Amino acid sequence: MAAQKTFKDTDMQRILGWVLRVGVSLSMLVVCIGGVLYLYRHGREVVSYQKFTGVPEFVHSPLGIWQGILTGRGRAIIQAGIILLIATPVIRVIFSAIGFVLEKDWLYTGISLLVLLVIVASALTGHGG
Amino acid sequence: MSVFIFTIIVLAGSYLAGLLGSLTGLGGGVVIIPLLTILLKVDIHYAIGASLVSVIATSSGSAAAYVKEGITNIRIGMFLEIATTIGAFFGAVLALYLHASFIAVLFGLILIFSAFMSLKKKDAQVHAPKSLWAEKLKLNGSYPDNGQTVEYGVRKVGGGFLMMLFAGVISGLLGIGSGSLKVVAMDTIMRVPFKVSTTTSNFMIGVTAAASAVVYLQRGYISPGLSMPVVVGVLLGALTGSKILVHTHSSQWLRWVFAVVVTFLAVQMIYNGLHQKA
Repeated sequence: MAAQKTFKDTDMQRILGWVLRVGVSLSMLVVCIGGVLYLYRHGREVVSYQKFTGVPEFVHSPLGIWQGILTGRGRAIIQAGIILLIATPVIRVIFSAIGFVLEKDWLYTGISLLVLLVIVASALTGHGG
Repeated sequence: MSVFIFTIIVLAGSYLAGLLGSLTGLGGGVVIIPLLTILLKVDIHYAIGASLVSVIATSSGSAAAYVKEGITNIRIGMFLEIATTIGAFFGAVLALYLHASFIAVLFGLILIFSAFMSLKKKDAQVHAPKSLWAEKLKLNGSYPDNGQTVEYGVRKVGGGFLMMLFAGVISGLLGIGSGSLKVVAMDTIMRVPFKVSTTTSNFMIGVTAAASAVVYLQRGYISPGLSMPVVVGVLLGALTGSKILVHTHSSQWLRWVFAVVVTFLAVQMIYNGLHQKA
């Protein structure tokens, strides 16, 4: 396609900028919605983060977060927003990889995939050990 | 303290941290962690988790603007991200095995280093001898400056890569962007022009942080109730900061004031860390 032939670094910069902006805006929106719900439901409770005890189960597992969202639990929605935020730079790497494929820059396609691999590997091994 | 009051305090503090972090170029993470741990007695693991999330938000937000202007060198960024993500993964895993007091002391030391780095004069060197590796990896680039295109070369790719590995470990271990270490790697070692190195560092911070954030998530470091006001506050503060910076150039006295404050916080964290251990 003609569009692919003319795909340049400047096009990639435009798209990556767009991906980052949309990702941050969207995740902040979700976090704020969850935050309002959380404060509405738990605002008067006593808070303490002095001792490290991890996080409650419903914001820890993907299934728990999903069920939490369905039942309108604020912290589950916040956590979903945070996960979306963490995913934003990762999605940026995926778009970089696609961009380098379009530029036929195989060296940097490989480098992008390698970075992606490291992130996936840390996601998969992070809970063990 | 009630959840509501706590959230308001953290929100206000994070806003200030984001504002100062963006005005001085140190990033919000270095302010928010002492604020949470010293003033609000938050466990350092929760503080690190919340800070890292805010780091992703601010760096991605500002990277979005710079990358569009074409200042960021995407190839240098991608290549060095191999080093920072590997480092960040090990840093995040290491954080679990290290005592909280040790992390506090290390954080204090990095904080002092960052404060001094922010005071250093930046020279915008452009003509560096091009190295073979930089040529092979297509790292040499150009950027727009006042309507002109400035070409630049890159040297000591291996040294920069190693330094980035270290920056990644620190980022994963302490939940900060470690932008000052990244700038050392690119500015001092690789001789990337200052304008390019700061924007490229910003571009990389999000990916580096994501690599350790996926580990933090599974370890339960990222508490939504705490992270929510931190990420919203720091991001809004950073946005305000960047608006101010457009109108006034970041002044040297502000950097000095900030360096003094940060050093004070750092000493406090080191002191607390050493005393917990005893």
